Amino acid sequence: MGCGTSVSTEDQGKKLDRDESTKGSCPALTMKAAILIQRWYRRYIARLEMRRRYTWNIFQSIEYAGEQEQLQLSSFFSFMLDNFTPLNGSSPCDPMTEDGGVARYELIDVEQSYCGPHLSFPLSVNHTNALLSAYKDQQTLHARYVLQLLHETMKFLEQMPNIIHLSTSYYKEITICGDLHGSLDDLLLIFYKNGLPSANNPYVFNGDFVDRGKKSVEIIIILFAFMLLYPDHMHLNRGNHEDHIMNLRYGFTKEVMQKYKTHGRDILQLLQDVFSLLPVATVIDSKVLIVHGGISDMTDLNFLDSIERHKVKSALRLPRRTIDSVMVTRCSSQGKGAVRSRRRGPARRSRLRNHSGRSSSSSSSSSSSSSSSSSLCSPRVSSRSRPRPSLASSVLSPTHSSYVPCLDSMASIAIETQPTEEEEWKQVVDLLWSDPKIQDGCTPNTFRGGGCYFGPDVTRALLQRHGLRLLIRSHQCKQEGYELCHDGQVITIFSASNYYEVGSNRGAYVKLGPDLAPRFFQYQVSRCTRKLTLHQRVSAAEDSALKALQEKLFAHRSELVATFQQYDKHSTGAISPSDWAQAVESVLRLDLPWRTLRPRLARLSQDGDVEYLSCFDNIYPSKTAPQVTPNLAETLYRYRTDLETIFNIIDKDHSGLISIEEFRHTWKLFSTHLRVAAEDRRPSSRTDLSSWRPSGWCIGWERPRRRTEFNIKGLIKTASTLS
Amino acid sequence: MAEDKDGAEAAVSEVHKKISAAFNLFDDESNTTVDVREVGTIIRSLGCFPTEAELHEILTEIEDEELTGLVRLEKFLPVMTKVLMERKFRPVPEELLLQAFEVLDQEKKGYLEPEELKRFMTQEGEPFSNDEMEEMLSAAVDPDKNVIFYKDFVGMMTVRDP
Repeated sequence: MGCGTSVSTEDQGKKLDRDESTKGSCPALTMKAAILIQRWYRRYIARLEMRRRYTWNIFQSIEYAGEQEQLQLSSFFSFMLDNFTPLNGSSPCDPMTEDGGVARYELIDVEQSYCGPHLSFPLSVNHTNALLSAYKDQQTLHARYVLQLLHETMKFLEQMPNIIHLSTSYYKEITICGDLHGSLDDLLLIFYKNGLPSANNPYVFNGDFVDRGKKSVEIIIILFAFMLLYPDHMHLNRGNHEDHIMNLRYGFTKEVMQKYKTHGRDILQLLQDVFSLLPVATVIDSKVLIVHGGISDMTDLNFLDSIERHKVKSALRLPRRTIDSVMVTRCSSQGKGAVRSRRRGPARRSRLRNHSGRSSSSSSSSSSSSSSSSSLCSPRVSSRSRPRPSLASSVLSPTHSSYVPCLDSMASIAIETQPTEEEEWKQVVDLLWSDPKIQDGCTPNTFRGGGCYFGPDVTRALLQRHGLRLLIRSHQCKQEGYELCHDGQVITIFSASNYYEVGSNRGAYVKLGPDLAPRFFQYQVSRCTRKLTLHQRVSAAEDSALKALQEKLFAHRSELVATFQQYDKHSTGAISPSDWAQAVESVLRLDLPWRTLRPRLARLSQDGDVEYLSCFDNIYPSKTAPQVTPNLAETLYRYRTDLETIFNIIDKDHSGLISIEEFRHTWKLFSTHLRVAAEDRRPSSRTDLSSWRPSGWCIGWERPRRRTEFNIKGLIKTASTLS
Repeated sequence: MAEDKDGAEAAVSEVHKKISAAFNLFDDESNTTVDVREVGTIIRSLGCFPTEAELHEILTEIEDEELTGLVRLEKFLPVMTKVLMERKFRPVPEELLLQAFEVLDQEKKGYLEPEELKRFMTQEGEPFSNDEMEEMLSAAVDPDKNVIFYKDFVGMMTVRDP
């Protein structure tokens, strides 16, 4: 435990009467002592609460800024994919084509030595049980079964409607879960607490099953298996991470390739289609709409019901026609500050705790208009039986890739597409990417870079238009695992506990019965036997948040220094704390409490000014990389995740290695795109992506590896020798 | 006190910024209001040590008449500026904190039983809620001996914020 003994405040006033508190045990003295301890303790907790809050803000700001970067480069990614990836179109061995009537997975042998679970279709309860216990024992499912399961999943999803309609009248309650993000422990905990999916225990999983966590494969296998086992009682909505380009950046691609070295590519390819076939929304009792992100003022459920959803392979892969306009809008929106209103603060701990299990009182939505006018209210059977020849045939035909024409150059970007395709894309992206906001109106989601922010008026209008009462969405991590907004008309449900850091948040799921009054259940996975104290939890999270922030500072070093210098009229190297805070925010635009964070990021001089260069102290490589120009290091730092994503794209076989030629070409394209000067001299070996990982960036400065590798140092070396 | 007008103004402006920054951290809806239940946390996070009674006085002064349960920045700012400028609710020296525990440790054992501490904290003074008590015990109780070595605990509570 702590051992410091100094008071943490600036004031040392001694007001309490010393003599009284030192001796004796009269009741008045006891009370006085109790009050004193209570005062101290409450202040101690208040300080922790403040630190917890800014830690949360840092994580959230950095998370969304990452998504924004990813989306801002979407045109570039589309271009890269068209030029470099074999995943689209002309793949010689498309596992889902059944030309000879023999699916490819059937050619894969299951070795005698394989001791994991065996699957046969149709699945039975024994299979799902076997899967669950195998995953609890850290086993993996054989690639053959993975491919077969995905294949069956795809066949099943093809005949599902875009919007699934459920009714509580057949069940007692329906359970809705939010983001899992590869956290198998959370999924298993939900099943443990709430029971396995079954005919009596239906579930809706609201997207973002994969990425970030290490067990994304396990999660989708379990979810898909249960969906095939109980097709009427297990439903999956698509999330913004069920997107193969997002997976390149946020870890799922890597996870698949690590777990399935030989067949990983086939699995990924199949998943691309499976993901795009996931339904985009679920409606319960024609009253409760469940989507991953949210809505916009353009959201039209009738239109969404009719689209060909599988065409939207990725939010980052625009229909051709949109690319130009996006590039234009991106330019025009540059320089605008992020909207202050974007952030929902962390939920208030104590308050929300008391709300658990209470209904959100679905207010006075006049639900008399329950007639079947809108297609939304049409019973599920009819939409399922509706023929969808176009969908099935286009997915299975060998020419199905025609809607994403392979481009030889940027010149062909202007290819005409049907205007509806753009509209379909936009409608789906809004459902998967949007966040609610407090103010009325609908504005582009500048913070995430995709979807929009929708205000209470947008929610009201949509609910009214479709005769709905409630919108349940996920997509945002919440301190308590759930949160209500828009007068209780919008529920956010998030099921991955400890999402940012151990102890950062609880997970939750929500249950709806025939009365449609939501009941929330919270939990938190913990690995250690002893409960961490608040102090330990806050400190651990805070440390990693600050580290991430220091990297951000370094990545914008030259801009920051230039801005600092504008304030530093006399070149003293120090500026006032207010100026410092303003300068940092003007460059990073993370909307963080910089003044409060300052003591953790930069030193004060003797006269109370901020020595601004000290905020790079902890991260700047300084002498360890003498051959590197600071600017290049900074540029690489700044775009490292983008670059990693891009390398993942050109790394066709996902081997973790790309050739120097490929690297050079990419670096050139990318630096042209960013208008960063790239030099190109010639190193001589293959470049290993495996050491190119975030951790390498924080600590990888010290020691160059022997081969040309992509730890930060290797990369900088490689890049600086290209001329 | 205010001979040097410029200096005083600068000091006030610094205090304002400090208060606003702390306030904003709790302004979940970005509309320059905070929940009234957070105000104690904000005041304390600014280095103050008010009693619950003193806190209550402030709250009745600043709570919004129309929007019950909310406090606006424009109401909070002047009151809090006064508190900070006049150095109200000053910190209690930490040696007093240790002495306070010694008062509770009537047999001078050097530690308190969890039940003892719980009794004092929830029945005396300005009683802790269950949540507060649970959290305090989880941090204070030595996991091996199952007692509170309050000297260690005081050390933890008084460690300087980095």
